[in-house]
Amino acid sequence: MVNANGAPNGKCLIRARNLDKSYQRGGEQLHVLQGLSLDVDRGGFLAFMGPSGSGKTTLLNLLGGLDVPTSGSISVAGDEITAMGRSQLTAWRARHVGFVFQMYNLIPVLTAYQNVELPLLLTSLGRSGRREHVETALELVGLPDRMNHYPRQLSGGQEQRVAIARAIVADPTLLLCDEPTGDLDRRSADEVMQLLGRLVDEHGKTILMVTHDPRAAERARTTLHLEKGTLVEAGRRAA
Amino acid sequence: MKYLRLIWVNLARKKIRTALTVGSFAVALFLFGLLIAIRGAMNHGEEAARADRLVVINRASITRMLPISHNERLARIPGVKAVVHATWFGGVYKDERNSFPQYAVDPEGLRAVYPDYLVPEAQWSEFIRDRQGCIAGEVTARRFGWKVGDRIAIKGSYMTGVFEFNLRAIYTGARSDVDTTHFWFNYAYLAERYKGRVGWYVVRLADPGDAERVITTIDEEFANSAWETKTQTEGEFGNYFAKQLGDIELLVLAIGSVVFSTLLLVSGNTMAIALRERTGEIAVLKAVGFRDGQVLRLVLAESLVMAAAGGAVGIVAAKAACASLSGLFPGMVLYLPSGELAVGMVFALGIGLLGAGFPAHAAMRLRVADALGRV
Ligand SMILES: Nc1ncnc2c1ncn2[C@@H]1O[C@H](COP(=O)(O)OP(=O)(O)OP(=O)(O)O)[C@@H](O)[C@H]1O
Ligand SMILES: [Mg+2]
Repeated sequence: MVNANGAPNGKCLIRARNLDKSYQRGGEQLHVLQGLSLDVDRGGFLAFMGPSGSGKTTLLNLLGGLDVPTSGSISVAGDEITAMGRSQLTAWRARHVGFVFQMYNLIPVLTAYQNVELPLLLTSLGRSGRREHVETALELVGLPDRMNHYPRQLSGGQEQRVAIARAIVADPTLLLCDEPTGDLDRRSADEVMQLLGRLVDEHGKTILMVTHDPRAAERARTTLHLEKGTLVEAGRRAA
Repeated sequence: MKYLRLIWVNLARKKIRTALTVGSFAVALFLFGLLIAIRGAMNHGEEAARADRLVVINRASITRMLPISHNERLARIPGVKAVVHATWFGGVYKDERNSFPQYAVDPEGLRAVYPDYLVPEAQWSEFIRDRQGCIAGEVTARRFGWKVGDRIAIKGSYMTGVFEFNLRAIYTGARSDVDTTHFWFNYAYLAERYKGRVGWYVVRLADPGDAERVITTIDEEFANSAWETKTQTEGEFGNYFAKQLGDIELLVLAIGSVVFSTLLLVSGNTMAIALRERTGEIAVLKAVGFRDGQVLRLVLAESLVMAAAGGAVGIVAAKAACASLSGLFPGMVLYLPSGELAVGMVFALGIGLLGAGFPAHAAMRLRVADALGRV
């Protein structure tokens, strides 16, 4: 079991035990994750690295409740998400998880403002309450003046920052980023990583990130290496 | 509703495709409207039928005639308010193609039995004074450019000779669905040629609730005679004609189902393509926390909006077409009852739902992890 405690005395936020994930492909079983266990503390900033196909995305999806393990259990902030049904899991995701993807995945026909507002539509907030949250989030990512721009009018780095604003606007417990800088140039990648670092340091977010980029991984407090579905070593750095 | 914008932007993103889908619904509803109107025109007798009129025909067949002496006996039956006899003429005006219904009638009876036909009083008195007088409906009069006072020559079909009539009056309908294509002339003018026979009788009841009893009384009155009768309400009689037109009904049904099933394929296909293009976005919505049911409703609503918009356009177009086509052809009273239009609209919405059903269900069941992997 890997203990990925960024802050040694912090309270444990994620507890994953004996995760197995396998796919049936053709006649054979493909074991993507095998007996993986992991603890992540609140306020942690964790980077997963590893070769392509090692199961990083799969693991992130399991931890974010986008997919369910073949066996094993995950609890987040005391909620046993592996015991939840499909709709329960959706509701849990809406409350607790923000996602950032490599390809930004903004809705092209909505403005930056409207994209960030999406998760709030699911809350009981009224129009003005939503506006307040959206503006705060866009300010946090440094794009308050781009509210009414459509994704195609933004650079890749700006799009990714809008996506981050969308991920944090509902104030989730946990931020999951799958190669957030994978499609960005050096400068934009640095900006995005800086932003993620601030979210952890100044806003106490917990971030789990998959990356191929060692420079991006450096910003994380902890780097874990995945190989063939197991965590092989914990590279802990001083916080 | 805060989700309206999502529905709207999705519709607006491929404007041509949305317009084509809306157009398909419009065309379908337009066709549906026209078919309904045409069927209505075919079954006209039934539509315009009044509960207070009975049609008396020869028991053997409608093509056999009845003696004119029945007129008086019918008038004497209790519960009968008025009687008119009518006889098919079926002549040709100038050209075979110019067909319109022509009947020899008893003028006084006509007026007493059919209050739905409106004739100016002055014209009416001219008509009954003239043995060669005739009345035409406004649609037919307009069709041939007739004016009161015109002399109209009609060549007999089963009766040899050319017969001349003086147009003394033009009638209009008391309601929009009254057929104003008929042409009536005084039976007296051709009484000798008809040899005391008439085509059928129409009886007006004093009390519509009395129909059943009067029907029995009439048919009993003539039972076991050489001229037995078969009496029906005007509605049933219309049905009789409608049954003769059974294939048209079937045709309407066939065309209607082809149109609607094509529409189902079109709308289903559109939504399937639209959703396939948006797989990644739907996955994002779900990742963000949109529930399965919400995703389903968003997709269905999108399809419903297109169906409703197209349906409305089609209905308006059909109404306009009916208004301008009415009376263009003989006997064509194109009229779209709201009830049937509502049925058409419900059909369209149903198809919008059904067509979007499969793709919407697929979107609902979409697994985020798989879908994002495909982005
Ligand atoms: N739905 C699926 N069905 C079958 N196999 C799958 C499925 N999803 C993932 N896999 C397989 O699981 C393995 C791990 O995939 P995963 O996406 O987690 O890798 P990764 O570490 O994120 O790789 P990359 O760095 O390329 O993103 C791969 O071999 C992949 O082909
Ligand atoms: Mg991956």
